[in-house]
Amino acid sequence: MNSPTPQFVPSRLGIYEPIHQIGIWGENFKSNGNPNTSTSVIVEVDNKLENESETTSHEMLTASNTYEQEASKPIDKIQRRLAQNREAARKSRLRKKAYVQQLENSRLKLIQLEQELQRARQQGLYMGGVLEGSHIGFSGTVNSGIAAFEMEYGRWVDVQHRQICELRTTLNAHISDIELRILVESGIGHYFELFRMKSTVAKADVFYVISGVWKTSAERFFSWIGGFRPSELLKVLVPQLDPLTEQQILEVCNLKQSCQQAEDALSQGMEKLQETVSSTVAGGPVDEVSYIPQVATAMEKLEALVSFVNQADHLRQETLQQMSRILTTRQAARGLLALGEYFHRLRALSTLWATRPPEPSLP
Amino acid sequence: MEKVTSLASEKGLVLFSKSSCCMCYAVKILFQELGVTPMVHEIDQDPEGWEMEKALKRLGCNGPVPAIFIGGKLVGSTNEVMSLHLSGGLLPMLKPYQTLC
Repeated sequence: MNSPTPQFVPSRLGIYEPIHQIGIWGENFKSNGNPNTSTSVIVEVDNKLENESETTSHEMLTASNTYEQEASKPIDKIQRRLAQNREAARKSRLRKKAYVQQLENSRLKLIQLEQELQRARQQGLYMGGVLEGSHIGFSGTVNSGIAAFEMEYGRWVDVQHRQICELRTTLNAHISDIELRILVESGIGHYFELFRMKSTVAKADVFYVISGVWKTSAERFFSWIGGFRPSELLKVLVPQLDPLTEQQILEVCNLKQSCQQAEDALSQGMEKLQETVSSTVAGGPVDEVSYIPQVATAMEKLEALVSFVNQADHLRQETLQQMSRILTTRQAARGLLALGEYFHRLRALSTLWATRPPEPSLP
Repeated sequence: MEKVTSLASEKGLVLFSKSSCCMCYAVKILFQELGVTPMVHEIDQDPEGWEMEKALKRLGCNGPVPAIFIGGKLVGSTNEVMSLHLSGGLLPMLKPYQTLC
């Protein structure tokens, strides 16, 4: 903005207009959750201008000087005021749109949560399975690890959603690559944060992570070793990135291939682990009452599951890292938006599925 | 330590593994897919296995298996191999050792 008063957000200049405009801005500010601060500043500024008194705030001093200058250019003053008001109105409309979007998403989330709560009550909490036959002390640690993760994950999804909305509005606006890069970095960092969280809870209960019970049902459908398939990630991203240069196409192609190869290797390693655990548990004579040795040995082998979960997340992380290297900032931003939107839609699908009308009973 | 380093330099592509380790199995599969056949040493079947394990740990392999050596130099464990592969750096290193099938 080339306004002589850069410290002001344009909407505050609505004070030039008749009093009834303040009501509109006030409502808009309420949607941002800052009702009192902004509105009172507006009122304060308005009073001070009417009184033409000096104020102590730096912003007002700058404004006062500007008003004196503008007294000699009435036409420019009007034109500038009109332009600033147009700008303010436009931004106000964008904020309202974002607020409505936020409300709709919260509503969807609320339905989702209510459904999950209902299901949990009906089926009995997952904890019931964990607590069976385990010592109180151990299960206490496991439960608190899981409880902590569930809370953190809930927050993670909310932040994810906010980031996606921000990416969307930012990509439509004209923003510098430097500022876009900041959004891209924080978007990627947010995924890395999830992998850190998963690593911690995997140490407490690796079955919890692998079960995917912490995700929505549609997401779980696509689950591979406790998360999304890296190759799947690329399939979702790449169509959204056109146009790619020849060099980029080559690099993405190579990444797809090496990703697939790494995935296959881990998948086969997991199968081997299943076979190993299965044969260990099944081993030994069945007419013996004691199965402790077999189960104890199987326990040791299950330790490997943690390293598989970690390695799968490592693969996800590396895939994101490589894509970020191959793509331009703008492409990376579009990619992150596409990926985030994809998971958001999967969650919406889960909610829709959970709230579908029951099948009519047979006559 | 000498055993580990001497074995590591014997062939171009050397993998220290344990027969019971499923992650080692995964790495073996990956090499198979890439058309290379590493020299595999199952340290759990080696009489000096315990010393070899300590040596690998001292070299920085936390597992301590799988431990991958290319051209006598330690590349690392699963993490390093996967990162290298996704960044496109693994295939060039393996090129001299790829068998034509």
